[in-house]
Amino acid sequence: MNPDAKPILVVGGGIAGMTAAVEAAEVGYSVVLVEKEAFLGGRVIRSYKYFPKMCPPSCGFEINTRRIRNNPRITVHTLATVEEITGTVGDFRARISKIPRYVTGNHSLDDTITEQLGSERPDEFNMNVGTTKALYYPHDTAWPPLHVVDREALSDADMLTLTETAPPGAIDMGMSAEEFAIDVGAIIIATGWRPFDAANLENLAFGQCPNIITNLMMERLAAPGGPTGGMILRPSDSEAPRNIAFVQCAGSRDENHLPYCSGVCCMASLKQARYIREQDEEAKITIFYIDVRTIGRLESFYHDLLEDENITFVKGKVAGISEDAGNNLILDVEDTIAGEKPAAQFDMVVLATGIVPNTADVPIPLDLEYDEFGFLDGGTGVEGVYSAGCARHPCDVSTTTKEATAVALKAIQDLNR
Amino acid sequence: MTESEGKIGVFICTGYGLAEALDIDALCAVATDEFSVPFCRTVDSCEGPGLAAINDDISNEGLTKVVVAGISPRQYTDDAFPDDVIVEKVGLREQVVWCLPPDDEDTQMAAEDYLRMYITKVQEMQHPVPFQPEGELDRSILVVGGGIAGLTAAHEAAEAGYEVRLVEKSDQLGGWLAKQHRSFPTRPPYRDLEETGVEDLIKEVEGHAGITVYTSAGTSEIVGAPGLFDVTLTSFGNGKPEGETIDQFRVGSIIQATGWMPNDPRGDLSWGGLDDVILNVDLEAMVKEQGKITRPSDGKEVKSIAFLQCGGCTGNKPPSYCSSICCMTSLKQAMYLREGDEDAKAFIFYEFMRTPGLYEEFYRKAQDDPGIFLTRGEIADVSRNGSGEFTITARDTMLGEQIEVHVDLVVLAAGMVPNAADGESIRALGDARVTMVEGDSEQKKEEAAETVKQLEHHEGTEILNLDYRQGPDLPALEYGFPDSHFICFPYESRRTGIYPTGAVREPTDGLGSIDDATGAALKAIQCIEMTSRGEAVHPRAGDTSYPEFQMSRCTKCKRCTEECPFGMLNEDKEGTPLLQETRCRRCGICLGACPERIISFKDYSIHMIGSMIKAVNVPEEWDEKPRILVLACENDAFPALDLMGKKRMKGSPWIRVVPLRCLGSMNNVWITDAMSAGYDGVILLGCKYGDDYQCHFITGSELASVRQKNAREKLEQMAMDLERVELHELSIDEYGRLPEIFEKFGELIEEIGYNPFKGM
Repeated sequence: MNPDAKPILVVGGGIAGMTAAVEAAEVGYSVVLVEKEAFLGGRVIRSYKYFPKMCPPSCGFEINTRRIRNNPRITVHTLATVEEITGTVGDFRARISKIPRYVTGNHSLDDTITEQLGSERPDEFNMNVGTTKALYYPHDTAWPPLHVVDREALSDADMLTLTETAPPGAIDMGMSAEEFAIDVGAIIIATGWRPFDAANLENLAFGQCPNIITNLMMERLAAPGGPTGGMILRPSDSEAPRNIAFVQCAGSRDENHLPYCSGVCCMASLKQARYIREQDEEAKITIFYIDVRTIGRLESFYHDLLEDENITFVKGKVAGISEDAGNNLILDVEDTIAGEKPAAQFDMVVLATGIVPNTADVPIPLDLEYDEFGFLDGGTGVEGVYSAGCARHPCDVSTTTKEATAVALKAIQDLNR
Repeated sequence: MTESEGKIGVFICTGYGLAEALDIDALCAVATDEFSVPFCRTVDSCEGPGLAAINDDISNEGLTKVVVAGISPRQYTDDAFPDDVIVEKVGLREQVVWCLPPDDEDTQMAAEDYLRMYITKVQEMQHPVPFQPEGELDRSILVVGGGIAGLTAAHEAAEAGYEVRLVEKSDQLGGWLAKQHRSFPTRPPYRDLEETGVEDLIKEVEGHAGITVYTSAGTSEIVGAPGLFDVTLTSFGNGKPEGETIDQFRVGSIIQATGWMPNDPRGDLSWGGLDDVILNVDLEAMVKEQGKITRPSDGKEVKSIAFLQCGGCTGNKPPSYCSSICCMTSLKQAMYLREGDEDAKAFIFYEFMRTPGLYEEFYRKAQDDPGIFLTRGEIADVSRNGSGEFTITARDTMLGEQIEVHVDLVVLAAGMVPNAADGESIRALGDARVTMVEGDSEQKKEEAAETVKQLEHHEGTEILNLDYRQGPDLPALEYGFPDSHFICFPYESRRTGIYPTGAVREPTDGLGSIDDATGAALKAIQCIEMTSRGEAVHPRAGDTSYPEFQMSRCTKCKRCTEECPFGMLNEDKEGTPLLQETRCRRCGICLGACPERIISFKDYSIHMIGSMIKAVNVPEEWDEKPRILVLACENDAFPALDLMGKKRMKGSPWIRVVPLRCLGSMNNVWITDAMSAGYDGVILLGCKYGDDYQCHFITGSELASVRQKNAREKLEQMAMDLERVELHELSIDEYGRLPEIFEKFGELIEEIGYNPFKGM
């Protein structure tokens, strides 16, 4: 071990970044973890359960949070972005900027303060289903365990209320943005993904019909900490849906949208079918697919669902969705195996949308080699810079944690050269 | 107060609504009057400046043990307090004030009890002293298996500066990848076949100063524990007498990269015995060796091939798992055929085409090729005529019709079977063999004979040959893959310091193996570094406590050696546990298992938890205030209790929660302690168990459920209702269930009455 090693910079605090950070730090190296949101956990902490074990991400997240809490070698910066990277392997300098949280951490808050406020903001954590107050706690198991002020959403009156009622020192509305530079030896890009914007799929009418939701919205509907307290309800009338369709490859494996397969949407829908079945013994589910891609040990999950009489698998690509007066949805789809058009009216439709790398929207401020979709696969093109998880390619959590562990070693090798 | 108890300080927080809800003076009086702690003060916050003030007092007053009664311990980072001071944080905010009515007698009693419990706890806690073994800890790594995963693991670990010993059972390195003609693409644009690159990697490994390579060899014995594994290598022939010891050395950690074998389904297929029905691996070797595809039986140049996916089993007998690479392999091999001959035809019959992620582009390339015919179909029959031509009859599930194709060769896309042994079954087989002879009753002997019959196929399958009481290899998961918690923490096997990787752990391609093996190398290195610092590895990473056994009182009952999920303990012939401390994950399951209560950690012991339980003031029966002990897993149930408070759900004023390292560390004596102390019941909160277990210590909550049954029997013996103990499996996000669990249990106590021994 090189005792004089510079830290490793990890960009992104989702499961990939958290894993890379703790694995490297537990070997004995210092890590600076930079996350743009106000909390760690990224996409996975928004999931209700992991496939195939149907266990909550908060379980492993709690362990990872504890590993971070207990490890002084890890420095976490939230609400932070990397603005510039200069230098070469072993000797990078990164300029980090942080936007203010306005919550100091000197006295943690509780929700009696948030309840006094009138200003609200879209609830990004819940895929914009519902709103939060302008002072909000990011999510149930957030780390760092601090509230955040959304300055843009906060009215002047609420700002006054906050400064008057919050415990002394807890809120500092004068907090300003910070900028600082750090010297690091290697860099891990773990910037993750965003869902493909289903509004691009005009034929699937997302955004036009209230009962068409995406798979990520379904995760939040099913989660106890979500907008419905874990009840899966139709957005239009808050009734429990009885007949639900999953539209696979919504935008994926499609030359006009995402030509690639995201690798996880089949399992995600199968998992979500189980969420629904666990809440409602009578609910009927139809899954429209091109190929059911339940790879490796995940295959048995699919075979278990085949046993469920209320779940039907139909091979067919959904061409269009329309709505009737009762906000029910009619699917235009052909069953390519049966060679006929199935009865296709549903009370709710879930679009299995795929993975778009965040680097497609906001590239890393360094001259890296992206593929045509914005992924950093096949290497990053810069020595000392590595990618893991969905920044590299679309993949599931298990693959992500493996890759994050692997790149932790690649970074450590650089620190020892 | 004795000197060993140190100087205790208690800080009671008045912020966060605590002063409004609680009588702070009375709380202080608990510390100063009841416990005579030398230092007690209130603070208005226990973060930021409040925390700084606490730390000033710790330093100025020379406090060595501190209780901070305020916010949840989960709010703090480890560096909040000095390393050399024992600090316990009591979440009065989350667990009392936020879920119980303010300014209420029962709420106050709860807060005071928690203070009593935690002052008692710090009184008993001692600083852990990191474990240092007698022998010298080794920092090198053993890699078993010289395929792509093993080569990668060896190379990556060596590149990080660690000495590596790589052992391969065959006479050359490279494994299955070395038998491949080309790889499918590993980088954009994912359309072109690539050189495997394995020859270069072999050269680098063989030439690497930090790597010693042994071929035609295997491990005949591995004795010891992380940092201290003593390995004996034995010859597998090839020049040296088989079984001869080649080398003996010590390593710090081990990577098992023993790879896979093709699953040959031909025996299961009615037509599988036809000549020229070959496996994908056979075709690969043929192209690699002779550069062209010929028919094995007559050497005819092959112009057409039928590739049958899922080993030819599509549609009728679904395979139990998908090997994940066979679709890509068949597409690749179809391209081999087409590359050599533009008139050649490749027919691929599949159920689902599985080219996940960016591999989709490779599938697209195959779809664009007019000579590759992709048919979603079920194979109805395969037959052969006199000239050797095959007729494949399939039901095209897309067109709904029966189709026939005529080909020269049939290739089965054979799946991957892990080259792993099931250590637990091998051990069970060995134990049963002994019982068959030495069993103390005929019935036991017969049962053992039955077990032997069931497990006989494990005979001689050993690979690692570990000297572990619980078996010579890693325990197997479903389908024979070595166990790991494969979502969040994919490398965590049940044998500390031994990391399975590559296709032995899960079906994977070469690219996946490279990442996986690099990660395994990191874990092997991490284990060496953490062990050398005396720290536990995952999930109690960094914990420097370890169990100590008071051996003079051991009755050799073997419960600890059998129940440790990580096989920490070996046994001598009499059954005395032999400690292998560096294997320990510090869950405390052994402490829970031991009926003699001889196992303790410096900061976690039977006596400590028992004292916390007894520190509670249990009201007399006529006060009509039941007391319910909650023993909660600190990884999941305890955070759920925090969340119940945070969500302002209605808690129970009757409960007193003691967090445990794992519910599996629960010793039944605590239940007896609670009953003797007058508690009316005990609720155990653990993680989900079973096949999809969520316990971070694998079997902890399951073991607790068994112990709970024993505890209930004991209650019956004490003429108490067995319902007084109940266990719930609870995950963090199920915090919403807690109020009901507590309320129902309260009602139950009301129904069956208070503990009859209360006040005795």
